Amino acid sequence: MGTNTLEKVTENYYDVLKEIGNIGAGNAMTALSEMLQTKVDMHVPQVRLLEFCDVGSLLGGEEQIMVGVFLGVEGDISGSMMFLVEQKSAKHLVNKIMMGMGSDGEEFTEMELSAMRELGNIITGAYLNSLSTLTNLVIYPTPPELTVDMAGAILSVPAVQFGIFGDKILLIQSRFFDEIEIDGYFILIPDLESYSKILASLGLPVDGLV
Amino acid sequence: MGEIIKVGMADLKTCVSPDAITTLGLGSCIGIAIVDPVTKIGGLAHIMLPDSTAIRNSQQNIAKFADTGIAELVNQMIKIGAKKERMVAKIAGGAMMFAFKSQSDLTMVGQRNAAASKQKLKELGIPLLAEDTGANYGRTVIFYPETGEFHIRAVGKEETII
Repeated sequence: MGTNTLEKVTENYYDVLKEIGNIGAGNAMTALSEMLQTKVDMHVPQVRLLEFCDVGSLLGGEEQIMVGVFLGVEGDISGSMMFLVEQKSAKHLVNKIMMGMGSDGEEFTEMELSAMRELGNIITGAYLNSLSTLTNLVIYPTPPELTVDMAGAILSVPAVQFGIFGDKILLIQSRFFDEIEIDGYFILIPDLESYSKILASLGLPVDGLV
Repeated sequence: MGEIIKVGMADLKTCVSPDAITTLGLGSCIGIAIVDPVTKIGGLAHIMLPDSTAIRNSQQNIAKFADTGIAELVNQMIKIGAKKERMVAKIAGGAMMFAFKSQSDLTMVGQRNAAASKQKLKELGIPLLAEDTGANYGRTVIFYPETGEFHIRAVGKEETII
């Protein structure tokens, strides 16, 4: 068994992960656009491999309040997935889904949280769907959980999972617009065995992996 | 007023009064603050995982784990003049950020981090004076070695001092 770290995986397969992220985020934005019934434009997603200590700064500081949607991934691969969006942007999106009937202020009502959870469900579902189509692997999402809290605290959850095999976290930043510019972050956290499965199913050599 | 030194995720630092030391947005991680009240030398570790020995490739950042992180923090404090027998500690964090039905090892990591931190402090003979752990929200902490006060902030809550 070779020493297998996230760095090694991403060193060799950065482009593949980037492409998965690109297609996944594209699919997610199409789903979002359908849900909102408006055109949603997006930039090419950025794949970022960050040291733990730099994670907070990317998202506007560790104390930036964000909405995090977290779900498990099951089937041929296992792991988890997270979608993060800044609080104000989330509020904007939710207000659109609720046809302008959202509340004022920064807090979320129960109904808005429920709408946000649904939005997270659809976005992450679309993301995983494209991964499943691309790899021919069966991938099921578990029902999502949602929280509104500091970016650092929310990111500690995927960071812990990455922390088991490395000192870095891989995330995909997808910037999109409808009326305002919104930064959404996708974090797919397959366990290491699943990384190999994903790569193998794409016809890539997995030498040196688990 | 001194400076406020920042500690990142999976990181640790020492400071001397009047400086204070902070870490932002603790989730399931734990902030372990230690002080020698005589020299006013303090330190803060932001650990992510309970146990370095349970990890396959463990030649990693030692500040990441409760066991190795706390030991290293204590050593660094001793190096700059603190005495271990005078050290006392306070801890905060260890939340469960998402409430999942299946209580896997990973969802329970906050609780395990808290338990491992207390275990390590006990092993080193450092009394734990106070803690604010568990629940389901993130915490920002600031530790003042001058007074030994550990300030804890959370979204939508009053600041508490332990």
